[in-house]
Amino acid sequence: MTNEATSAVLCVRDLHGWYGDSHVLHAVSFDVRPGQLVTLLGRNGAGKSTTLKAMMGLLDKRRGSILFRGKETIAAQANQIARQGLAYCPEDRGIFATLSVEENLRLPPKIRDGGMGIEAIYRLFPNLKDRAKSVGTKLSGGEQQMLAIARILRTGADTLLLDEPTEGLAPVIVKQIGAVIRELKGLGYTILLVEQNIKFAAKVADQHYVLENGRVVEHIPHAAHADEVRGIANYLHA
Amino acid sequence: MHNLMDTLSNLSIDAFMGQLMLGLINGAFYAMLSLGLALIFGMLNIVNFVHGAQYMLGAMLAWILLQTLGINYWVSLLLAPFIVGAFGLLLERFVLRRVYALDPAYGLLLTFGIALLLEGSFRQKLGSSGQPYAIPAELRGGWDLGFMYMPTYRAWVLIASITICFAVWYVFERTRLGSYLRAATEKPQLVRAFGIDVSKMINLTYGLGVALAAVAGVLAAPIYQVSPLMGSNIIIVVFAVVVIGGLGSMSGAIVSGFLVGFVEGLTKVFYPAASSTVVFVLMACVLLVKPAGLFGRRA
Repeated sequence: MTNEATSAVLCVRDLHGWYGDSHVLHAVSFDVRPGQLVTLLGRNGAGKSTTLKAMMGLLDKRRGSILFRGKETIAAQANQIARQGLAYCPEDRGIFATLSVEENLRLPPKIRDGGMGIEAIYRLFPNLKDRAKSVGTKLSGGEQQMLAIARILRTGADTLLLDEPTEGLAPVIVKQIGAVIRELKGLGYTILLVEQNIKFAAKVADQHYVLENGRVVEHIPHAAHADEVRGIANYLHA
Repeated sequence: MHNLMDTLSNLSIDAFMGQLMLGLINGAFYAMLSLGLALIFGMLNIVNFVHGAQYMLGAMLAWILLQTLGINYWVSLLLAPFIVGAFGLLLERFVLRRVYALDPAYGLLLTFGIALLLEGSFRQKLGSSGQPYAIPAELRGGWDLGFMYMPTYRAWVLIASITICFAVWYVFERTRLGSYLRAATEKPQLVRAFGIDVSKMINLTYGLGVALAAVAGVLAAPIYQVSPLMGSNIIIVVFAVVVIGGLGSMSGAIVSGFLVGFVEGLTKVFYPAASSTVVFVLMACVLLVKPAGLFGRRA
């Protein structure tokens, strides 16, 4: 194993995944190093969200290797993986309709010390404080997204899997989410971000992996060169 | 209209209140049983057809404990639900768990089969006639309230049932544990991905739901006869209660349990022949107006 792989927080090798009988991930490999923000880019159906689900243990079947802090998690259950410090923010945001905003926020159990306190979370997301007693799903789309990110910051997990946090949101909200993600990176969180919004991704990420048909087709280690970004855009819009 | 007025004026207030009280007592059992069913359906997505048999097991166990070991009502009230609940934990862990991935019809058939097995084996041993269970000495007698006679034991059942229903509702709707249960009912996979062992929660929920049925069974023992078929007599009405309240709704199960008991009681006063059918008429009417039930969350 190379040095690079061993120093990675997440080291995914040869990952295959299935929904029922259909084989959707084909030998996906990538690394995420401590404190980095890495994006998985690609079109709808490229396998980005599926990769995150596979990492969380939410697929019917998966094979290959996923090292999290050097520990193999390919055979672990979702709840065991979460307990190791991997936190997940799903694409549909996963806000519970039968829980208030505050209950949503307090739902994920603390897995270790060092998570954000409720007050710190409310400072980061002031809207949520005003709506604490509302039903979770009565929030606007942007607020629901904030809530979905906010609730995994309490747990002490320091590695975040964020699935398209900007999807379907107004530009001004996308900007706010971008600011939050940059702040989280500044706080030392390691982040794996699934995105389709290339402009947004280029601004925040350290490196990119482009997925197509369940395979990694491009790795761009240094972000934000204008022509590279255009190159990725071709994958997304072709 | 005249007919109704005649009936009303001929009716003694005592008899009227007596019937309503009987209805409310039935309602207390409907509420406890439908609450357990709703809890189980929410978490397991299984229609627990063995619920009636588990209610019977509670009563039967209390009777057997008294006959063989001389264990009294109060001890049985704790012991029987504990034993039946433990049986539920094992049943979920080793049997029910195998059908979650299949069509819900399999869960229904499986639990229905287990109910037949349980009822059949007790009938084989004890016959289908009921056994009396004496009211504990502390709860004998009653009060004359002026407009009606209130037996102490029935008052106790009402109070116990309301307390139990409220406690379960409170835990489910107002506590942190309850928020886990509600969340796991809604999106079990995501709750797993937060590090919560949903399988264990499902196991304990089933055990709790089953224990609730057994508590109802012990409470019922001195009122109804303890018989192997007591559960299958009540369970069909309880299913209708759950549908009226709204599948998966705790408050719906409680309110519609008492409501159905009340309506049955009223029907017994005015048109006794319809008293065992009225619940299904009520169910049809509610479904026509609110297809998800009175407290149903989904349309």
